[in-house]
Parts: sequence; C-alpha cells; structure tokens
Amino acid sequence: MSTVLPDQFGHFGRFGGRFMPEALIAPLDELTQAWRDAMADPEFTGEFERMLREYIGAPSLLYDATRLSDVAGARILLKREDLNHTGAHKIRNAIGQALLTKRMGKPRVIAETGAGQHGVATATACAYLGLECVVYMGEVDTERQALNVARMRLLGAEVISVKTGSRTLKDAINEALRDWVASVDKTHYILGTAAGSHPFPAMVRDFVRGIGDEAREQSLALLGKLPDAAVASVGGGSNAIGLFTAFIPDEDVKLYGIEPGGDGFETGRHAATITAGQVGVLHGARSFLLQDDDGQTIESHSISAGLDYPGVGPEHAWLAETGRATYRPITDAEAMEAFRLLSRTEGIIPAIESAHAVAGALDIAKELGPQASILVNLSGRGDKDMDTAATWFGLGGSDE
Amino acid sequence: MSDVVALGKAGVAIRKANDAGRGALIGYLPAGFPSYDGGVDGIKALIDGGVDVVEIGLPYSDPVMDGVTIQRATEVALAGGLRTRDVLSTVEKVAAYSDVPLLVMTYWNPIERYGVDRFAADFAAAGGAGLITPDLIPDEGAEWIAAADKNELDKVFLVSPSSTDERIAMTTANCRGFVYATAVMGVTGARDKPSDLAAPLVARVKSATGLPVGVGLGISNGDQAAGVAAFADAAIVGAALVKALQDGGPAGVRKLTEALAEGVRREPRATAGR
Repeated sequence: MSTVLPDQFGHFGRFGGRFMPEALIAPLDELTQAWRDAMADPEFTGEFERMLREYIGAPSLLYDATRLSDVAGARILLKREDLNHTGAHKIRNAIGQALLTKRMGKPRVIAETGAGQHGVATATACAYLGLECVVYMGEVDTERQALNVARMRLLGAEVISVKTGSRTLKDAINEALRDWVASVDKTHYILGTAAGSHPFPAMVRDFVRGIGDEAREQSLALLGKLPDAAVASVGGGSNAIGLFTAFIPDEDVKLYGIEPGGDGFETGRHAATITAGQVGVLHGARSFLLQDDDGQTIESHSISAGLDYPGVGPEHAWLAETGRATYRPITDAEAMEAFRLLSRTEGIIPAIESAHAVAGALDIAKELGPQASILVNLSGRGDKDMDTAATWFGLGGSDE
Repeated sequence: MSDVVALGKAGVAIRKANDAGRGALIGYLPAGFPSYDGGVDGIKALIDGGVDVVEIGLPYSDPVMDGVTIQRATEVALAGGLRTRDVLSTVEKVAAYSDVPLLVMTYWNPIERYGVDRFAADFAAAGGAGLITPDLIPDEGAEWIAAADKNELDKVFLVSPSSTDERIAMTTANCRGFVYATAVMGVTGARDKPSDLAAPLVARVKSATGLPVGVGLGISNGDQAAGVAAFADAAIVGAALVKALQDGGPAGVRKLTEALAEGVRREPRATAGR
C-alpha cells in the first residue's frame, strides 16, 4: 500500500503536497527528477550503498536485549543505529542527499538543525564529499547545544544562529527556506527529516529505509520470523519511516510511532503532533501540526531537542489516518526512566529521542504479552544528552 | 471567460491607471502593526498617499517568503494579540474609508484553519477584494479557487523568474485581478539595485495572459517605482512602507507613498495593450 505513495504530486491521501513559493516549484521539480534518475542508476545506488557500508558502518547491528527484555516482559530487539558514524540514523539521509547534490552539480549545501545531530551529519557528509556547508540553527539551540556547534565548525561548516520567531528548529527551517529561494541555482537544501514539500518526504524515506530493510532481514535470521511489532520515536519522523517502510506490507507487524508527550497533554507543553494536533499546512506540506485556532504554529515542548518540532511528516499522518500505524505519546519523565533503565540493564546510553521508543516498547510489551518480540529503533546514542541527564537525575560532580 | 471577469476588482483599478498613461501603485502593510489602530491608520495613509490597490498582510508565525523587516512587524502584530478576525475587521474599517480595492496577502494555513469557504464569505462581506497567496500554488488551490469564484474574489497567484513557461500559463489562467511577478529570487525586503530578472519575466507573463502584471520584491523609492512602471502594469511596495510606518508613523507612510505615486507617473507610457 503506502510504499507506492506518494502520487506524482507528493500526496499521501489528503496529506503532503507542495505548499511552497512558486519560486521553488521548478527547482523542486528538478530535484524530483534528479532523485528519481539517481535511484534508477546503479552507479548512484552502488556508491550510496558503498558509503553506507564503508563509511557509516551499515548494516547496523540488531541486538537481542535480553536483560531489558527480562524487565519488559517481552523480547526486545534493538536496531543499533546509535552505532553508525556520527551516532545516529541521520547520517544515512545526509550522505544520500549530499551524493545527490554532487550529482546535480551543485557546490553548496544548506541544512537546518535542532539539537545539532542533522547539522553534524550534514557537515560530515559535506566534509567527506567536498561541499560547502551552511547550517541554520535557532539561537536557543546554539546556546543549549554548544558542543554540536563546535563539531559542525570543526568539520568546516558555517553555523548561522537564527534570531527570529521562537529561535528554535522551526525558525531554522524558515531561515533555510529563505536562503534556498535566493540561492537555489547553486544550492541544495538537505532537509533533515521526512517532512516538507514533495519530493522530500519520499526522498528522505528512500535514503533511510535501509534501517527497516536491514532489520527485517536480521529479524528473520534471528527469530526465524518477523517481529510482532516495530517501534520508533517520531519528531519529524525520519527514523520511524526508516524503520516502518520495509514492514508496511507485512500487516501482521504492528507499527507504533512514539510521540514526545513532554510534560503531558493537560499542560499543553508537548510535541505530540499526531495525537494532539490538527490538520494544517506547515513548511510546505499538509499534515498534522500544533496550531492555535487561527492557524498560527504553537511552540512545541520536549526534553528531546530532536523531537521538539510542531509538525510531522505527511506519510505518518497518512499511516495514522489509515490505521496502519498507531501513534501514542510518552512523557519526558517516562522517557528519562527508560533512558536510565537501558543504561543500567544493557550498558547502552540511548539518545533521549530513542529513549521515547524504548519507553513506548515497555508499554507495548505489557499489551502484547511475553511471547511477543518487539523491534525498537535505537536511532541514536546519548552522549549529546548527558547535560540534560545530569540535570534530570542530579548526576553532578561533587560527592554526596 | 471574458476579460472583465478575469480583471476582477484589482485588475480594473490597475487598468484604470494604465489607461491614464501611468503605472499603478500597490502598497502593502500588515494588519496589527504597530498596533491594531496603528495598522488601520497606516493603511489609510497608504490610500491618502495615492495607492491604487491596497495589500493587507495577515500576520503568520512562519513567514518563509518574508525578509526581516516584515518578519519583525508581523511578530509585533502577533505578540500584540492580533487574530484573524481582527484582520477581517481591519478590512472592514478600511473598506468603509475608501473604495480602493483591498487584497489580503496571506500564507495558507490561517485560511485553511479558519475554513476556506467561511473565510471567503466573511472576507467578501467585510469588503475585501481578494487574496494574494504566496505559498499556495494553483496545483494545491482547488478549494480556494472554488471559494473565490463563488464569492467573486480576486485570486492572485505568484510567478517567479524560475517558473517555466508551462507553469506561467497554468498559473496565470488561474489568476483573477492581476498576476504577481516576483522580481528577484529571494524574500521580501528593500534592495539597492533593481532586478534585471523582472523585465524578462513580465514579458513572458504578458505573452501568456492579458491580465495586468504587478512586480514586487525590492522596490523602495520613487525612482525604482518609475523603473518598474516602465515595463510592468503595477509596482508593488511592501517592506519599505513597513519601515516608513515604523520610523515615521502614518505621516511617514503617506510621504513615501506620495513619492512612489509620483514615480509611477513619471514616465509617459503607452496604454495597456492586450
């Protein structure tokens, strides 16, 4: 079903499409053509696969998390995207789009970043491929993610602090789009998630779907069958669509997207776009979003900067509406408990984004019972989150 | 469809100016800046200064087509509590003041959230003439096109230097009022130099449609308005007027508008050919 979507105009049912300035429509058409040509060219796909293998370290491991499983009460399998070069699934998309940029003959790349993971992945891909790289980052985020700013600069990227609007991820996207309108002749915009205007949701899906393709094969090898459920966190939705795509035709495999519940719905401080948002248009596509009665975007909240976005990719909206995937929230507190639990049972410190998926899997395990096997996308590692964790758990330096 | 229908309200006003041997002037200010009443006064000053068509901005949280001047102004409007219904009442107040056609320039989501049909009906009742939709292309605009037709509202879509001839033909076929040609590849804001992309774009648009063509993005003074009026049917000015309102209040808006209005009258020009 959904793997044949979107249609030629980028629609997933009533979602997706192109709500963009006319100035960008012809460039988006050119990009769509370049991407389709590239995916049909064995030279391009061969180079992409070589880089995944030799540079990123794919396929990432599928890990049988036996000690976590004992606690969860069902068998938990972790797809170890945290072991990729640069520490998250994001590098797959960055490498894919950077290769496409080279193929289109464009010398310059721009990107947005929230926590800095996509910015670091893009800066890395640009360093490797010799592309000029400019990363837009909200001023609030440059302050709270200073280490990633330094990483990007070390890799040769220019980091521009965005001082307008809420000075966070959504404003970084706005500013990147403003740059792109003026620079599209020589510049490709490497959007960091499976959202935005066509062809981005489908193109990013192509570059990250290896997560699920690998995990499906690895599950068959390990279990002799498919898992009962696949679970991933959803901000914009790239790690989740990367995991889900291979399993969409396998209707016995339940798909769960875990949204950032922040402080909980009742507080209004969350980023659970599908669970609590309404249909609207943001950043070039129709999907669910957090908005007020006038259609103004509401600022989202999540302890996980990578999930802290008021929109979501249109294919997730479609999967939710058709019922193929289920979306549910996990609060900051539940995610942090899972963060600590995985660290202490398995010696794996996950990204807080991924900790949401682990927390979701603990609930799903109770629902599906002890015979169930549950595949979880461990989309990133938690080194970047240690300041947050130290504050949350009181892990400060002095003896107590 | 007949030319009269496609001209709509804004097109008639532009052609009236063209028939008098001059370019038309379209001035933009956002509703609610620097305050609700201040916004209404600023727009009245545009009319007093001699614009032929008024463009009222509907402030939006994520204005990706706007440069920093308009971003800041719309942030002020939203921070001041401006609602969509306040934009409608701004339209109503200005419509009571003058017969100059009033267009609202809006990003798409606020209209979709309000309800497209409901907005079109309420906006027409308030005295609005039509919408300029910078992030809605006709390909995605079926609901708006139907609502605009039903309520006899102008629908102004944008064309760009990057638009293909096929897209220009499709887009202009869906316009009523005029065609908005963006003179540069970039966002709104005053620029020092006129764009050399605008004149060829206008020529391409005119080979596709008999509708008037307005050129916007980057015009900030009478000389630039005169330069644009030499090849386009209307000069559209936004950020420079916002800055004039910010720095000089309604009197500042009126002064700049008069200078722009003088600019579009400077060069004698042939009456509009179709």
